[in-house]
Amino acid sequence: MGVGIEVKELNAWFGKAQVLQDIEMTVEPNKVTAVIGPSGCGKSTFVRCLNRMHEVVADARVTGKVKIGDVDVYGPSTAAVDVRRRIGMVFQKANPFPTMSIYDNVAAGLKLNGFRNRRQLDEIVERSLNMAALWHEVKDVLKKKSGASLSGGQQQRLCIARALAVEPDVLVMDEPASALDPISTGKIEELVNELKEQYTVVIVTHNMQQAARVADFTGFFLMGRLIEFDRTEKIFTTPSDKRTEDYITGRFG
Amino acid sequence: MAKQNVGLRRRLVNWFMTGMAAVFSLIVLMPLFAIFIYLIYKGIGSIDLNFLTKLPQPVGEKGGGMANAIVGSGVILGIASAWGIPLGIGAGIYLAEFGTGKYAQLVRFTADVLNGVPSIVIGIAVYSLIVLRQGHFSALSGGVALGIMMVPTVARTTEEMLLMVPSNVREAALGLGIPQWRSTLSISVRTAASGIITGVMLAFARVAGETAPLMFTALGNDYWNSDPRQPTAALPLQIFNYAKSPYDEWHRQAWAAALVLIVLIFMAVTAVRIVAGRGQMRHSA
Repeated sequence: MGVGIEVKELNAWFGKAQVLQDIEMTVEPNKVTAVIGPSGCGKSTFVRCLNRMHEVVADARVTGKVKIGDVDVYGPSTAAVDVRRRIGMVFQKANPFPTMSIYDNVAAGLKLNGFRNRRQLDEIVERSLNMAALWHEVKDVLKKKSGASLSGGQQQRLCIARALAVEPDVLVMDEPASALDPISTGKIEELVNELKEQYTVVIVTHNMQQAARVADFTGFFLMGRLIEFDRTEKIFTTPSDKRTEDYITGRFG
Repeated sequence: MAKQNVGLRRRLVNWFMTGMAAVFSLIVLMPLFAIFIYLIYKGIGSIDLNFLTKLPQPVGEKGGGMANAIVGSGVILGIASAWGIPLGIGAGIYLAEFGTGKYAQLVRFTADVLNGVPSIVIGIAVYSLIVLRQGHFSALSGGVALGIMMVPTVARTTEEMLLMVPSNVREAALGLGIPQWRSTLSISVRTAASGIITGVMLAFARVAGETAPLMFTALGNDYWNSDPRQPTAALPLQIFNYAKSPYDEWHRQAWAAALVLIVLIFMAVTAVRIVAGRGQMRHSA
């Protein structure tokens, strides 16, 4: 079951440049929340702060509070690897492990964390690929083909399956469809809709129609600030901030 | 008409340039083939079962072989690989995945300098550090000398191959909550494995033919020796000694030994490739 996310006074820097300023956001469990905004507005950095991937970059820094369910993400006794196991992440560019088979790609998160039960692993791999709507396309070549041999859209669904296999509470997607054609994009969007039954989904997108199609809530970021955060219909029909209106009507960005 | 002439000229230039490229590649390949063919021509006649299984005979006596040198080379290279390869790979991983700042730069610089030190200098150094202190030549000191030569090559190629692993692959691993040490070993190193193996085999093949460092360390031996603390025969040493001797029979055996050395190196490299290639997924597979 998905859990909610609570973000308080979140600030983030790359070196001296501040890229996020005082972000406050409450993400509802089992809903899809979209993060939109022009390039460089901090939307990717925001989701990378949720699972402590921001700090992986040299001289990156974060302050503030993030709670995922009852886990204090930046708490003194919380390990980054534990947070990342609870938050599945799908990246902009599909990044399967190139030398691993399809099966090993999906199983990687469990295997490399010491999970050894073969039979259970088989079940989890099948279930994850099913959830990612990829099972029927790859079930005959699971251990024969490498993850990198699939098409772009299939690779992205493979990465979704890989993220789901570790059974996270939240699924974070950073522009998962921006490098895909309309048909593959449609499949991913359909998938997002199904996934929210079991997961809380946060999806970054620079495609406003996509946000309107898939998201229950939408947050609009501009220059490192969260300008407006509300139900998606509200944001796209009667935004309360002038800047949001300008952006969604295509006046800039 | 003018247009057609341009087309003809372009075709001629294209044809000429392609031809030049082919000729140059052939010239590059020629020394290798020439050496190999000449080795076979000179050496194959002296290779028989005796050569591969018997000890050297005194001058004037027919027969005899280099079994002790073949085994000795194997022992010395085994010792060198046993410590040189893991140390080199470890250093390469450190440089690529964790090494930032002054210390890493020092390691990198030292490796590059060590790579350029002439092998005879390494031989003398090991001679004075180990052989003189222990009071005798040994396979062990030979393995130390050759291992020293392997480390920088292995370390630097490992580093370069790891740096070629795309950063989004590393991010994927971290995003799954895989600890960094595990992701380094099971994702980065695995992805770069074929390149790292190439580097290791290159280093191995290079030191397998080294003679100078062994003259100060393993020394050579005309008899069987199973103790790595004693002077030990090696193929390059045997080739050197036999080639500079005045006897025709020894000259023939030197050629044979050279052929055996090259074939053994080739076999070792191929075997490692086959074994390491198993279970590896090719990108296109």
